[in-house]
Amino acid sequence: MDKTEKKNLQILACKVRMGAIEGVFNAKSGHPGGSLSAADLFTYLYFKEMNVDPKNAKDENRDRFVLSKGHCAPGLYAALALKGYFPLDELKKLRHIGAMLQGHPDMKGTPGVDMSTGSLGQGVSAACGMAIAGKLDQKNYRVYAILGDGEIEEGQVWEAAMFAGHHKLDNLCLIVDNNGLQIDGTVAEVGGPEPIDEKFRSFGFDVQIISGHDFDEIEKALNHAKTVKGKPSAIIAKTVKGKDVSFMENKVNWHGAAPNAEQYEVAMQDLNKVLSGLEAE
Amino acid sequence: MAEMVKKATRESYGMALAELGAEYPQVVVLDADLAEATKTGIFKKAYPDRFIDCGIAECNMVGVAAGLATCGKIPFATSFAMFSTGRAYEQVRNSVGYPHLNVKIVGSHAGISVGEDGATHQCNEDLALMRTIPGMVVLNPSDHYEMKAAVKAAIEHHGPVYIRLGRLAVESFNNSDDYKFEIGKGVTLRDGKDITIAATGLMVSRALEAVKTLAEQGINARLINIHTIKPIDRELILKAAKETGKIITVEEHNVIGGLGDAVCGVLSEEYPTPVIKIGVNDVYGHSGPAVDLLDEFGLNAAHIIEVTKKALGK
Repeated sequence: MDKTEKKNLQILACKVRMGAIEGVFNAKSGHPGGSLSAADLFTYLYFKEMNVDPKNAKDENRDRFVLSKGHCAPGLYAALALKGYFPLDELKKLRHIGAMLQGHPDMKGTPGVDMSTGSLGQGVSAACGMAIAGKLDQKNYRVYAILGDGEIEEGQVWEAAMFAGHHKLDNLCLIVDNNGLQIDGTVAEVGGPEPIDEKFRSFGFDVQIISGHDFDEIEKALNHAKTVKGKPSAIIAKTVKGKDVSFMENKVNWHGAAPNAEQYEVAMQDLNKVLSGLEAE
Repeated sequence: MAEMVKKATRESYGMALAELGAEYPQVVVLDADLAEATKTGIFKKAYPDRFIDCGIAECNMVGVAAGLATCGKIPFATSFAMFSTGRAYEQVRNSVGYPHLNVKIVGSHAGISVGEDGATHQCNEDLALMRTIPGMVVLNPSDHYEMKAAVKAAIEHHGPVYIRLGRLAVESFNNSDDYKFEIGKGVTLRDGKDITIAATGLMVSRALEAVKTLAEQGINARLINIHTIKPIDRELILKAAKETGKIITVEEHNVIGGLGDAVCGVLSEEYPTPVIKIGVNDVYGHSGPAVDLLDEFGLNAAHIIEVTKKALGK
């Protein structure tokens, strides 16, 4: 990836983060921490990786994306808005009565959302269904899903993983947003999902561990995943929950809380600093 | 073709899928390691490439079905009713119902007529569970021909549908492959003015036996077959209430949440009428031969006759 392309992605990722904060602030509720940790992943998928077109959002040959950790909808919505699926202004109405943007992704009401999710563990099964449909129809699209590292405590994730491995769904790529935190504490304290890589490997996945904030590594991993035949892919993306908002980084209590007006100002200042730094380069 | 057959509705389901497979190439069938029992194996034999065995993982099966439906497939996600509607309830609710996907959830071995396997497998709650999901159509066909027609209707209906299948063989009374099945339209099997018996699924044939005997004894009971629990045929139920004054509901299901409650819901709002509910009285079943269990739980013609006479003071 050349420098300009990388910088453009970094700028977009920063705008995704701003959009997520804007949404959660205006909703006075929602999940900023995981939206920020997955922002670079959303950005790379929508602006570099996936074959999708907002003007033809239901194209049957498009790549699919499932946000299995549906609570990180603010981040996804920001990416979709920036991509052109709907106006950025919609973010300010997130979670409001009558709004297009529901608390968790709603495929019926929101352009660009391929699957309704929110109840943890369920999205990954739907992604398997999309992948096997692609095999049945001999289509070349790929299916991506982002899971939380807390989410994988759900048993259904492993039912789906066994299914994906057994059916050799090499058109499926799961990305675990491994930010290490869940609502009640660290994932190590609460549910103990580690070691994540060994688990997926034993279910028949090709597994890679990368930094989920490094676009070179994200690109390399997703490109490698496309070359894997006869196996699904799992990418364990090491991330920082609350990334780039100083007071949210690595803080459990910012999993599902909205900033107040003062905190919102600080968050936006932090992100603007990142943005101006990038633009000055 | 007109022929009386004695078949379990699960077999009719498997046959219907296999027969309709060519006409509807979008149909794919999923099972959770029960293809022999649920009779999806008949489809598997005819269309092995469109059959997906999900292993013993019903929650994932329902999610996979949802994903397939987003790509234009018409998946039939099949297992025992206990598992497809019970274990995977939340997956049906959130991954299928909420996005209103074109998934057919199928529950075989429903009710106590599972028999020997006992209470853990005797699902008397599936109709109640599926009824509570917004937009879900709930079908409980009563015999071979009705089941076959219902499967076709489910394919042609765009949106989530639940179909209940039975394990026990039942003598057909519709006796025609031309049987017309319309979702949401009950069928009057016998007219009568004294009282109405509203039955569903396996209990329809038993209620038919009861009304024949009652007629011989001078009691003219109306029999309506409510094959669609949701959306329920309000018009037919209200008409029966107005014309006969009393209704007895008969279902192989908990009296809480099934046909009886659906009928009461219609009547209490529009035309309060006494309703007597025959069903499983909020208890678990137990092991035993299916027919003996049905007798023990009062799900037979003799009990329907007894309740009817009592209701009429005879």
